[in-house]
Amino acid sequence: MIEVATAPRMVVVRPGTNPAPGLAAILTGDRHRRRRERAIAAGFRVAAAFSILVGALIILSLVEEAVSFLRAIPLGSLWSDGWFPRRGMFDLRTILAGTLIVSAIAMVVAAPLGLGAAVFLSEYASPRLRRTLKPVLETLAAVPSVVMGFFALTWISPNLVQKLMGGGSIFSMMAAGIGVGILVTPLVASIADDAMHAVPQSLREASYGLAARRRTTSLRVVVPAAVSGVVASLIVGLSRAIGETMVVAVAAGASGGSLFTLNPLGPGQTMTGAMAALATGSDQVTGDAAAFQSLFFVGLLLFGMTLVLNLVSERFVRRMRKKY
Amino acid sequence: MAATTTEVVRRNLRRQGVDWRGVVVEGALLLAMLISLGVLVLLLGRILAQGIGVLTDRGVSFVTSPMSSLPSRAGVWQGLVGSLMLMGFVVLTSFPVGIAAAVYLEEYAPDTAFTRFVTANVRNLAGVPSIVYGLLGLAIFVKGMSNFTGGLSVISGGLTIAILVLPIVVITASEALRAVPQSIREAGYGVGATKWEVVRSHVLPAAAPGILTGTVLSLARAFGETAPLILTGAVTGVFFTGSGSFADKLQGAYTSLPTIVYGWSRLPQEEFQRLTAAAIIVLLVVLLTVNSTAIWLRNRYERKW
Repeated sequence: MIEVATAPRMVVVRPGTNPAPGLAAILTGDRHRRRRERAIAAGFRVAAAFSILVGALIILSLVEEAVSFLRAIPLGSLWSDGWFPRRGMFDLRTILAGTLIVSAIAMVVAAPLGLGAAVFLSEYASPRLRRTLKPVLETLAAVPSVVMGFFALTWISPNLVQKLMGGGSIFSMMAAGIGVGILVTPLVASIADDAMHAVPQSLREASYGLAARRRTTSLRVVVPAAVSGVVASLIVGLSRAIGETMVVAVAAGASGGSLFTLNPLGPGQTMTGAMAALATGSDQVTGDAAAFQSLFFVGLLLFGMTLVLNLVSERFVRRMRKKY
Repeated sequence: MAATTTEVVRRNLRRQGVDWRGVVVEGALLLAMLISLGVLVLLLGRILAQGIGVLTDRGVSFVTSPMSSLPSRAGVWQGLVGSLMLMGFVVLTSFPVGIAAAVYLEEYAPDTAFTRFVTANVRNLAGVPSIVYGLLGLAIFVKGMSNFTGGLSVISGGLTIAILVLPIVVITASEALRAVPQSIREAGYGVGATKWEVVRSHVLPAAAPGILTGTVLSLARAFGETAPLILTGAVTGVFFTGSGSFADKLQGAYTSLPTIVYGWSRLPQEEFQRLTAAAIIVLLVVLLTVNSTAIWLRNRYERKW
């Protein structure tokens, strides 16, 4: 038995072996060690592959129920007067219009606020101010959506929608849309700020060298140079707005169902709101097969829409990264 | 009269006047920033003003009472317990799996089509709306595995939330691992360590603060999540916590703090509006504690290489 006192910790000398002639054996490690390495690597690989399983499970579970939903109902009920799943009326126009109205309002709020805040953070704020403001903005991003829903219902709706815009109902797509917009603003600001921050300093210096003002430099040089990232921030924001559920479920009303409506000041039903309503309260999904399965059909539509938006935004981000 | 180029340049360089358009632009940008932040202040102020009365009147009993249909007796205890149990599932399942996946992607994976597919898949999963995860949980855990989960139970909800935050854990852990400089790994290989030994003794300790911050932030995200829970059975109304064993409770009815907020915000009585605000205060206190712990950890242990 040989004890190699000076050997580094990693060299394992097992009883009954002679390490001196087998330097190569030491460098490759013993069989036990190699086997352990392989097992650990395989374990990590399984963990990574699990994410593919999750993606596949999402699609499988959605598609299966969505297909049996389409088989079970007369297709004409997808085009009726409103979205009343209890009564077999699954008008897609109603919830698609609701989703579009709410997310359009959200983007009208989030695009100017988020991009303005991003330009300010990246081009106007001193480094110190930026370091303090960015975490505060991130805190706003961490406000749970159900809290924003309550705020939309109890403050935005009475103070902004009913008083300023003359809306009649306490529940309205306008209040929900503004709430979603506020929720999305920090996300847009953060991504757009990252993109503008990544624009090389030399571009700004070249612009100042031509005697351009800061306004011209930020709006005509930095923003165009970062346009891929700016567009990506808006697309990510839109995707988030479309998928936002709790603000709509609390503040947009129409929990039982809704007639087709384009009036943003009245209550309305979005895709996500319809799903939340089906799952709660008097509208419990258990029992009614078609209403239950309509959840998955709407979910599949929602998944498809956000997936397309996310893929497009990723393409823009990649273009931005390639450039600089 | 046509000015020569030199004249124009000279006039521009000498111009002492205020660039009014620039001032307007800067003002507008500042305004956008201030509105974004002002909303946060307004929201916190409103909620505090509405809910602080309940907390001062009821004191600790608001936090320690179970749900009730009587506003004067309703409390958030079950929600707090439910939320903590959900967090337990996240910590026990998504943290190990997510960190392991990140270690694979950053340390082990060769640049193959499989790796690129996994990475793209993780990024896209992070962008899937949370309610879609609720549908996944409804189909797989509530319906498909009801023998194990007990149907609409805290197990179903916990596993759903765990799957929801998994991509976020993978992404943040990957970023932390990527920030560890290559020289640290080479030092490990230089003394004859194997890959796993390098990862365990060098890379993971060096990346630990970043991983910790990322996982704690994802925990905060999981804590505030509501939409997937209402699909996987979190109760919005009154229920009684049975006196059964722990395993029975895991398979029984449950709720969470944000779900209570959702349930109460739908009730018409004025008292419940105040209770909702008070519950939101409890929720935000927990969230801000978790978030500032994460930021504190980052500042305390962050290393610049």
